[in-house]
Amino acid sequence: MSKILIRGAGILGGRPQDVLIDGGTIAEVADTIEPGDAAVVEAAGQILLPGLVDLHTHLREPGREDSETVLTGTRAAAAGGYTAVHAMANTFPVADTAGVVEQVYRLGKESGYCDVQPVGAVTVGLAGKQLAELGAMHDSAAGVKVFSDDGKCVDDTVIMRRALEYVKAFDGVIAQHAQEPRLTEGAQMNEGIVSAELGLGGWPAVAEESIIARDVLLAAHVGSRVHICHLSTAGSVEIVRWAKSKGWNVTAEVTPHHLLLTDELVRTYDPVYKVNPPLRTATDVMALREALADGTIDCVATDHAPHPHEDKDCEWGAAAMGMVGLETALSVVQETMVETGLLDWAGVADRMSFRPARIGRLEGHGRPVSPGEPANLVLVDPAYRGAVDPADFASRSRNTPYKGRELPGRVTHTFLRGRATVVDGKLT
Amino acid sequence: MKHHLISAADLTRDDAVLILDTAEEMARVADRPIKKLPTLRGRTVVNLFYEDSTRTRISFEAAAKRLSADVINFSAKGSSVSKGESLKDTALTLEAMGADAVVIRHHASGAPYRLANSGWIDGSVVNAGDGTHEHPTQALLDAFTVRRRLVGRDAGMGRDLAGRRITIVGDVLHSRVARSNVLLLNTLGAQVTVVAPPTLVPIGVESWPCEVSYDLDAVLPKSDAVMMLRVQRERMNAAFFPTEREYARRYGLNGDRMARMPEHAVVMHPGPMNRGMEITAEVADSDRCTAVEQVANGVSIRMAVLYLLLGGNESAAAHTSRTDAVRTEETE
Ligand SMILES: [Zn+2]
Repeated sequence: MSKILIRGAGILGGRPQDVLIDGGTIAEVADTIEPGDAAVVEAAGQILLPGLVDLHTHLREPGREDSETVLTGTRAAAAGGYTAVHAMANTFPVADTAGVVEQVYRLGKESGYCDVQPVGAVTVGLAGKQLAELGAMHDSAAGVKVFSDDGKCVDDTVIMRRALEYVKAFDGVIAQHAQEPRLTEGAQMNEGIVSAELGLGGWPAVAEESIIARDVLLAAHVGSRVHICHLSTAGSVEIVRWAKSKGWNVTAEVTPHHLLLTDELVRTYDPVYKVNPPLRTATDVMALREALADGTIDCVATDHAPHPHEDKDCEWGAAAMGMVGLETALSVVQETMVETGLLDWAGVADRMSFRPARIGRLEGHGRPVSPGEPANLVLVDPAYRGAVDPADFASRSRNTPYKGRELPGRVTHTFLRGRATVVDGKLT
Repeated sequence: MKHHLISAADLTRDDAVLILDTAEEMARVADRPIKKLPTLRGRTVVNLFYEDSTRTRISFEAAAKRLSADVINFSAKGSSVSKGESLKDTALTLEAMGADAVVIRHHASGAPYRLANSGWIDGSVVNAGDGTHEHPTQALLDAFTVRRRLVGRDAGMGRDLAGRRITIVGDVLHSRVARSNVLLLNTLGAQVTVVAPPTLVPIGVESWPCEVSYDLDAVLPKSDAVMMLRVQRERMNAAFFPTEREYARRYGLNGDRMARMPEHAVVMHPGPMNRGMEITAEVADSDRCTAVEQVANGVSIRMAVLYLLLGGNESAAAHTSRTDAVRTEETE
């Protein structure tokens, strides 16, 4: 593989330096490096970060290839600056066996745009009744470490306890979609002032918080790792903060949209804003930003949830839940966290690469930008300003809430083990 | 007035009074031997019902026909609505057929708003009840009924409900009637109190322009009108209240309770009534109960709404007399 010299980028937002990539690894980092026979990428004014890692992506393949495939999803990921994504298990068939996770893993390898680490289901068919073969999925070629029934909550307390205990054998983690099912029957949006006016079924904050409270207690009791998916309320932040203060092994993620959007948008009845967990209040948004800044929330995860147009071009009640996020995540984080002064770029690298890679126990991702490390890198132009145009998306689906909205920052280059997947903002 | 009627909040005080006044004029048509005006001749009104409601559909149908509109009843119930494509596809069909107004009843809150704002259709959209959101023409007919009873039929013209105290009792949480009434009655200057067990009051009600009470007996003596909402027995199974008996005992309106209301106060019910549940037969059949009048007033209100949305913004008075002349020619 040829050599690439990235010239003059601020590493993790620090002073400009040159970085030489040789083959799949970073060969040299210095104030100035002679290009020699290397291809040069002029990157003055840009930020160089480790390739982003998503703990929570829905790639839809197998089963809903009309929404997304591993190929289109990983192209979207690369365009958004990601070099690794965790593919959620709620596919058709469900990723609850070694066979299905290996298929997804292999499709990721074939795509070549981004590493795909399958997430295994916790229970058979996501039905919440019987543990899936967690060990077999771990022992498979896919090497699954993260298990989740995402889309559904593992609400049976005993099943949750057993799952947490069982994965200790191979240092796995249970990623919980915290949603008490009875409290959210018929739920359509955040329960509060707006739902009372709109007459839409309420999804109360306590339905999330009560499950998180239970699960951190369970994880503490059995001495295992639990990860909270897409935490969305100020109360959830308080519980995670308390659990961490006890030294318990809990981690949490927040989506970009929960850092930016509020339930006021539901007044439009536009299903593009329909997502699970629902958009919350401005108070929640501020609490989430602060918790991400102080590390209570470990990382940003997209919950990239592609849906075809017809599943959103209808009345609110009939619409599918979810929004795409891979291609806008970094811009939203720049707007909500960097430009507000809550995080610097090193903090962004921590919350979008180092920590998610550590939670997922991913080798080769979330590494420092240093000689000898894998050349999984992303270059960002933070000065860029532009309106989001879904027509430009690599994702097969276009259900973004940011259509026409100006967001800062742009991924100009992404490198997966030294190979450029994005050059000058275009997929290779 | 706006192009659509989706929410009671779409109406200003003056809009609402204009509708009530126009409805009074329309009511006079009902007293004539030939109950018909040529006002909307050549216009097409579609009743698009995704949910059974014979009462509401017939009311809109009668209103449109009395204005000489062509009426198409489209019952979408039973067709494939699971994914909602049918709402858009149906809208496109109605658009192609040249619907001037679409009266929509839908089980999903917000469906009429989507229909009106998604560019699927150009005609006016009238919300005839959506999910647990709103039912603005019901609120208008309730306001019309209150104004007639408390302010007077002719004396009421041009007047709102300033200073009147109106109590809404029952399943506020699931009631589109309650939502629309709270908004409209407040716009008309009334003081509104909702009374229900706490389980049937929505979280977030504090932003509503009304008082909330859990104690019916305390509120009754201070009420000029008491609006009883229909309570579905299924709510008991979902643990919103323990038993029918306990509900009736605490929140049902019986003769004793009615006696605690001021002399002039009226009892209202949007129907159909659960006798023995939220209201006893004694109350339902008393002179103070306006349930039957509300049905008749519903036609006048819906005539007024269709007229104002499709016919123009001026008072119907001039128009009515002009069309009277036309009608006379026709009948001769
Ligand atoms: Zn989820």
